[in-house]
Order: sequence, then structure tokens, then C-alpha cells
Amino acid sequence: MMEIVKVEALTKKFDQLKAVNQLSFSVLPGDVYGFLGQNGAGKSTTIRMLLTLITPTDGDIQIFGLSLSKHRKEILQQIGAVIEKPDVYKYLSAYDNLKLFAKLSGIQPTRTTLMEQLELVGLAHRAKDTVKTFSQGMKQRLGIAIALVHNPQLIILDEPTNGLDPQGIADMRNLILSLSSQYKKTVIVSSHLLSEIEQIASRILIIDKGKKLVEGSSDELFDQSKIIIELNTNDNKSAYNILSESNWSNKLQPIRNGQIILQINKNDIPIFNQYLVSKDIAVFSLQPRHSLEDYFLQITAGKQHVEAFRN
Amino acid sequence: MYKFFFLVFVFISGTINAQEQAMQLVQKVKAKLDAVNDYTAEGKMRTDVAFIKAPVGKVKVYYKKPNKFRIERNGGISILPKGGVSINMSSMILVNGFMALDAGTAIIGNTNTHVIKLLPNTENNDIILSTLYIDESNLVIRKSVTTTRESGTYEMEMYYGKFINYGLPDKVIFSFNTKDYKLPKGITLELDDIDQATKEKMKGKKGRVEINYSNYTINNGLAESTFK
Amino acid sequence: MWKHLEIELYKIFHRPRTYLAFAAITALIGVIQLGLKVDGKEYTEFVMADFAGSFSVDGKILNGYFICYVILQLLLVHVPLLIALIAADMISGEANMGTLRLLLTKSQSRTEILLAKFLASVIYTLLLLIWIAILGLLLSLVIFGTDDLFIMKSSYVVVVKSSDVFWRYCGAFCFAALAMTTVAALGFFLSFFAENSIGPIVATMSVIIVCTILSTMNIPLFNLIKPYLFTSHMVTWKEFFDFKVNDANEAIIGSIQYPDKIIRSALVLVLHIIIFVVGGIWYFRKKDVLS
Repeated sequence: MMEIVKVEALTKKFDQLKAVNQLSFSVLPGDVYGFLGQNGAGKSTTIRMLLTLITPTDGDIQIFGLSLSKHRKEILQQIGAVIEKPDVYKYLSAYDNLKLFAKLSGIQPTRTTLMEQLELVGLAHRAKDTVKTFSQGMKQRLGIAIALVHNPQLIILDEPTNGLDPQGIADMRNLILSLSSQYKKTVIVSSHLLSEIEQIASRILIIDKGKKLVEGSSDELFDQSKIIIELNTNDNKSAYNILSESNWSNKLQPIRNGQIILQINKNDIPIFNQYLVSKDIAVFSLQPRHSLEDYFLQITAGKQHVEAFRN
Repeated sequence: MYKFFFLVFVFISGTINAQEQAMQLVQKVKAKLDAVNDYTAEGKMRTDVAFIKAPVGKVKVYYKKPNKFRIERNGGISILPKGGVSINMSSMILVNGFMALDAGTAIIGNTNTHVIKLLPNTENNDIILSTLYIDESNLVIRKSVTTTRESGTYEMEMYYGKFINYGLPDKVIFSFNTKDYKLPKGITLELDDIDQATKEKMKGKKGRVEINYSNYTINNGLAESTFK
Repeated sequence: MWKHLEIELYKIFHRPRTYLAFAAITALIGVIQLGLKVDGKEYTEFVMADFAGSFSVDGKILNGYFICYVILQLLLVHVPLLIALIAADMISGEANMGTLRLLLTKSQSRTEILLAKFLASVIYTLLLLIWIAILGLLLSLVIFGTDDLFIMKSSYVVVVKSSDVFWRYCGAFCFAALAMTTVAALGFFLSFFAENSIGPIVATMSVIIVCTILSTMNIPLFNLIKPYLFTSHMVTWKEFFDFKVNDANEAIIGSIQYPDKIIRSALVLVLHIIIFVVGGIWYFRKKDVLS
């Protein structure tokens, strides 16, 4: 299957800082491609390079099988994007903004088409209102409508849930899923929110300090058979010693931030719990995780990263 | 001694005689001019002052006896030297209260003229001295030089044509002295300097106004309101 | 690019700020016209105080042509601010609003987008000047009537025949358009370097003010750099109102005293425009957009 986006050894240097370092990944047709990394990991820089806002220092970007540096015009005609904040012309109405960007994208849609687009993002009733009266969520939805107005094949959304309330986040999630399932679009979504990405992405790339940590399908990364457990007891040190001398020792991972970490099968959790009780270990908490958060934790071995992700 | 007194008497009576002759000549010229009660003339006026750039403009001139004079530029702006100088014949000959002195002869152009100096009798008159160069055969003034208290000395040259019988010239050149002209650049908002040569050229001290009359309408009656 | 130009104009003329400039000009011209209508005689007496001592000037000095000259003289110093309001906001304003990155992800090349933006600010500038011409010249002619144009320069006085004035105004307005386009180009150039509008607007005005002061001060050191300052050439529109005279000091109708001066100034301004626009685009073409 031909990749929609193929990035090879992409590097961007700002003075001495390597914001993106030898990054390679590929996006397949129909993917909701989750682009995950903490703030400053290089997500936005990479996305901006995909959109020609930033010139790469090195590396190659191919989109729709064409070189981005050589076929910028043809490629960008097929991309719709919302980059960070959905900024539009505040002194224009939602309808005028949409019409203006449609023209910029080289199309002359009818009023009906434009209204349909606004309907899709739930803004048809506010079409004539100037954007300065809009909430952040409404602006975000208008941004999506603008990204979609020229019916692009690839949609790039950089932190689309930024600044949204819970309802807004849920709406955005549903919109992205419907873009993929209903409209058969390929979507690249970047976020620092693990919970968001894991709910929508079919494939995921995690980057840190400009480097790829892991890339794979959600199924691969969310392997249910391998669950990470965080254990908190009345005396973690002695509990760790007991466990390291038991049959569970091969599941045991080094203590991180004072917590005992084990990687066990989901079905073994009750047995493990019984074992703890039998050894008179007072369990305060036994927290199973099966998300990217733990995956990320495994790779970076740094709780602080997880905290950063949770903010 | 008697000889001396005789000579003085002869000189004085000769002078008095000459003065009378001069006076008579002036009166004759005046009488000729008096035949014109009023006139309207059309002409072209050219202002030639070093620091004034103005186009040649059409003017209309109105005169009514004894000394009403008005110059009107046809719809344009005209610049004339100040000091009550009316460019007309009668203004050159003081209406009354003057003394005429014979000052010999001179040639103006190709014409022999009689030079007569006019001195006002009163001390507070603006005109201090007026010198007329009178063409005796035609009884017209060819040139005049007038010194005033307020406006300095100015000169008029007259060239006659078909209206010589009325003593009215076809062309009058009025020459006068000018002061330096300068305005601060802050007012005119000019940034660059003009070159030195042009600057020098602009400093000319003599100004001229030249009127070429093309048409006279004489004694057709002019309303007083024309001069208001 | 024409489509983009249309879009840029659409944006410009949907902003309240744009009309602020037109309103400001209307108010300024209105105030000048009112002032001169009420107290014009005193104004001319003040300016002509020295001259009037030796000469009497007959005719309607306070005519429409003269009023327009006064308006241009006073206004063209301030119009750069109104132009900077739009031109210096062209890129920086979009960067500030966040729309720049959206704009640049469209398929048009950056050069196309930037040229469209510059052309839009030039059109705005021209419309502003046309507005000045309508109010300053045409309305003044209606209010004050016509007559010869009487101008007092620092070293001499010029009287331009009324029939010889109108084409000079056409020339002067064309030249003013070039001068104001230079201001637009400067503002446009400076707008590449900031992500807020205020900075480039203030910077544009500061450059103009400093250069104008240098152009005005008659100090030998400054005189050396004066010919290279665009502000020295922005006032050359006045040269349209000076004509040649023949040996008899008679005005030659339809002539210009120093046409070479106008050509030289126009070339200097065009050169500045090219440097500002090409320099700005060259800089911005490879610039990473991080806003």
C-alpha cells in the first residue's frame, strides 16, 4: 500500500538545538495517525515541516508519493490543516472566513456547500456572526471546517483539543473519527494528551526530544496481554524484596519513583493479589494500566514525562 | 557791481522764463491728456521680477479723470509693486501744487525729449521728485522717473502707437527697485536648496512690469462703480 | 495571484481600521478647509507678510488650487502614518492573529502571496490618495472656486496660470502615489520582522520621522547623506508647481523647472520600493514560520 506520508531522516536544527532529529515515519491511507509527544518534543516542528511552514535542515518528505520540496503546490492543494490554535479573521463572519479560505484553496463553492460545511461542524446557526464573538470550541470547529472546505485527502490537526472543554473534546474526537470512517480521510492528529490519542488513533508515533521512540498500530501498542501494574504498599522496600525472591521476580521491574512496577498478564492480577495478602503485605493500591501512558513510561523510564502528559 | 546784478537778473529772469516754459509744456501735455475723460483698455501684462515667476496675463485697465485708475487681471492673480503706483499718465503729472524745473534735453530711444523735473510744493507729499522726459513735438511723456518717500524710485517708459493723439501709450514699462525676498523653509516646507547660481539670479534688485495695450475705448463713459 | 489580491483587498476593506484612515483624512481636510474658509485671509496675510510690504497681490489667492496645495503640504507628512497602519500590518498582523500560518499552508507560493499583499497595500494607498484628491482638490474647487495658483517658495514666488494647474496636480498626485508607495513598501518590509502590528507601525513612522529630520536639517554632515534618504525625495511633488521662464522672465506654460529632479527622485523612490519589497520577500521566502 502506498504511503500517504513518508518521512525519512527528517532533521531540523534551530541554531544548536536539534528540534527534530533523524525522524522517519509513514502514514497509510485511511489512518488516524496519532502523533504523540510532550510539549517541546518536536511534534509541531514536524507538522510545520509537512506543511512547508518550516524548511527542514535535512531529510526527505514525500506526500501522496511526491516530493514535498518539488511538488509543494499539488501536495498542499490536497491537505487541510489546523495548526495549534484555530486562528481565523476575527472581524469576518464564520461564513466569510470559510468562503475566503475556500477561494484561497482555489475553489468557488456555492452558498449551499459552505453552509453544509458549517452544518458539519455545528456552526450553521452562527454563520453570519463575526468570529470575535465565538468561544474557543467554536473557533476550533470553524478551523476544522476551513481545513475541510476544499475536500482534501489528508487532514493535519495539530493539538486540536487545545483549550476545549470536556464536551468540546468529545465532539472533536467524534468529528475526527467520522472524518476517517465516514469521509474516508487520512488524518494526522498531534496531541500531548494520551487519552485523546489512544481513543482515536489507528496508528501511533511517539516522539521525544525530536527523536522517534516508537511507531506502530494501536493494537500492537495496546497489547492487552501485557499489563503494567503499579503497586503501593505499607512498606514498598520489603514488599519488593519479598517479590524478588518469589515466582513473580521475573515480572518485576526496577522501582520507579518509589513504586513497585510489574509487567503481568491481565488474568494473573487476582492471583497476584492473593499472593500479596498471603505474605501479609498491606496493599494501598494496585493500579493496572494498559495504555500508551505505560508504554511511554516503559520507554522513557521517567514518571515526570507522564506527569507532563497528564497536565 | 551793476554788471554783476545785471547778470544775476538776466540769469534769474532767464531761469524764471525757463521755469515758465517748462510749466507751460507740462500744462500742454496735461491738457492733451485731459481730453481723455475716461478709457478702457485691454492689454497683456508681464511681471518681470527676479524672484517672481508669473505668466503673461491679460489685463483690463480702467481710467477716469482726474485720477481714478484700476487694473483688472482677467480671472487671474496679478502682482504689482506696492506704493499707490498706478500705471497711468495722469499719475505722472501731479494734479496740482508743483513746481516745474527745466533740466535740459535728452534722447530717449530715437526721440529728443525735454527733461522737466517736478517738485511738489507741499512737504508731506509722498512724491519727492518726478522727472519727465517730454516729447515736445507730440506732446507726450516718453519716460518718467519718480522718487517717493515710501516706495523708493520707479521709472516708467512709454512707447506710443496709434493712440498717440490721446497721449495714450501702446506699451508701458514700469521699473522699480525691489527688496530681497526670503521665506523660512520651515514655512514653505522645502527640504533641498536651490543651486547658488539660481539663488544669485533671484537676487536681482530691479523689477519690471510691462503692459502692452492692444485696444483702447476712449470717452465712452465709465461708471464710478467700476472703481469701487 | 489576482485571486489572492482580490482576497487581500477583501480583507483590507472589511477591517474597521481601513475606514479609520479615510475618516481621518476626511476630518483633516475638512478642518483645513473650514479653517481656511473662515480665517483664510489671515493665513495668507501671515504667510505673505513680508511680500505684501512691497507688492500687492490681486486676485483670488484662496482658490481651490491653493487650498489643495496647502492640504497636500500639510497632509502628506501625516499620511504615512495612515499607510503604515495597513502596510506595516500586512504580515505582522497576520502573524499576530495566527492566520499567517494558515495562509502559508495554501498552495500559492510565498512570493505570490507576498506580492498580492504588497499590491493590496499599494491599492489601498492609491485609494487613500484618490480620496485626498477628491476632497482636497475637487471639493476645494467646488468650495473655493478656481483661479491662478499662487505659491510662495523660500526663494521666489510662483504664479501658475489656472489653465496650467490641473495637469500639474495630476503629476503631483502620481508622484505622491510613488512616495506613499515607498512608505507602504517600508512598512511592508518591516512587517516581516515582527509578530505584532504595533512594532512595525511604530518602526515605520520612526524611520520616516528620523529620515525627515535628517532631510530637513541643513548640517553639512547630514547633507552628505540627504540624497540617499527617500524622505528627501518624497517632497519632490512640489517640483510640478515650478515652471521654466524665458529670457524675458516670462513663464513658459506647460513647462517644469527641474524635470530632471522629478525623474531622479522618482528613480530613488522606485529603487527604495524594489529594495524593500524584493528584500522582504527574499528574507521571508525561506523564513521558518513559528508564529
